[in-house]
Amino acid sequence: MAGTLWIGTRKGLFALRADGARRNWKLAGPQFLGHIIHHVVQDPRAPRVLLLAAKTGHLGPTVFRSTDRGRSWREAARPPAFRPVNDGEEARAVQRVFWLTPGHHTQAATWYAGSSPAGLFRSTDGGEHWEPVAGFNDHPMRPKWAAFGTPDGEFLHSILVDPRDPRHLYIAISVGGVFESTDAGGDWTPLNEGCAADFLPDPSVPFGHDPHCMVQHPARPERLYQQNHCGIYRLDGPQRRWQRIGKAMPKKVGDIGFPIVLHPTDPDTAWVLPMDGQSVWPRTSVGGRPAVYGTRDGGASWRRMDRGLPRSQAWFTVLRQAMCADIHARPGVYFGTTGGEVWASTNGGEGWRCVARHLPEIYSVTHAA
Amino acid sequence: MSCTVRIASPLRSYTAGAATLAARGSTLAEVLANLEQRCPGIRFRMIDEHERIRPHMRLFVNTSEARELSAVVRDGDTVHVICALSGG
Repeated sequence: MAGTLWIGTRKGLFALRADGARRNWKLAGPQFLGHIIHHVVQDPRAPRVLLLAAKTGHLGPTVFRSTDRGRSWREAARPPAFRPVNDGEEARAVQRVFWLTPGHHTQAATWYAGSSPAGLFRSTDGGEHWEPVAGFNDHPMRPKWAAFGTPDGEFLHSILVDPRDPRHLYIAISVGGVFESTDAGGDWTPLNEGCAADFLPDPSVPFGHDPHCMVQHPARPERLYQQNHCGIYRLDGPQRRWQRIGKAMPKKVGDIGFPIVLHPTDPDTAWVLPMDGQSVWPRTSVGGRPAVYGTRDGGASWRRMDRGLPRSQAWFTVLRQAMCADIHARPGVYFGTTGGEVWASTNGGEGWRCVARHLPEIYSVTHAA
Repeated sequence: MSCTVRIASPLRSYTAGAATLAARGSTLAEVLANLEQRCPGIRFRMIDEHERIRPHMRLFVNTSEARELSAVVRDGDTVHVICALSGG
């Protein structure tokens, strides 16, 4: 069985299911028609379980949970929310639950959620009740870490749990930077050295960067990849300095984008989908010619992979949660566009075809086994 | 105090489809608390964690818009829950 692609859109949730050869795809849904679905994530510790981050244009943000592979959903009894404040304190309210991450494999009921404005939340009962992670949300530096104030609020995303140690966490804030905790979220340290922040008055700041997407390979967890507003980076611990591997991208294409996706078993293989980050930041495919770029050597070199994609006048935007890989030996790679198309490659990015179109604006594409 | 609450369509998944419910309370806060007891989860979709009415929600007691949850509700009043939809 090829599994399911869960498609979270601005207007609801869809599922794409393929036959075993991944040739024929069938679209199901919508569920939650009219709801904004920011992220849908399968629990690798309990594959029948999925969590979904939702809101609508009018109603407050919340989380839904399924225990039957997405057939039915139940809302969290206590969705992510900031703690009550004392007089004089800033009263931040969660506007969006933007990101969901399952906890460590030894903590079967733990989940993390990231919000806009930037907040970190944890559930220890499978997503039914959520508590703010005070070590971040109330950190004395937090107002400075996430101070840039983009119009939609800053987003906390890319919550990574080190498979070797449940207390070792990373988060990314757009705009704010990457932060690391080694005590289960009790305290946090910026981890941005080497990353550019060329939109700031002082580009050599320790935080204030704009990571768009950060990933960690389970087979080599000391390695992080990051697609940043200012390039593609790799960090190999215990070093604490990011290397700009996007320098190896063609100059005419650049190394700006939203998503970065890793091969399920090979920590040297990754895919990105560059976008136009020039002048007023169109954030569309460079030159109207969409292409995935892949590396098999950890970013030392990149190869254009656009067979089957439109050759011209295709102005895709692909958001940070809207690209993923499956777990086949020759992995499928998938992305969804804000124009409502889903594109699939079942040969590691070598060839592409559109497997769904006419969907609402796509926010999230995730694979569930 | 007993009042009638008219529920906007986006919230009717919490009321088993009912457009109107009877509720008890002498303030809007009490009415919403009473509603929450019978329709778990509905309050947080309207009211944020700092007791503020969410930006796209409007609450009326009869024909007067209530800006605070301390608004008085009298016997026989109708509370209207309205969603301020905008954009496409």
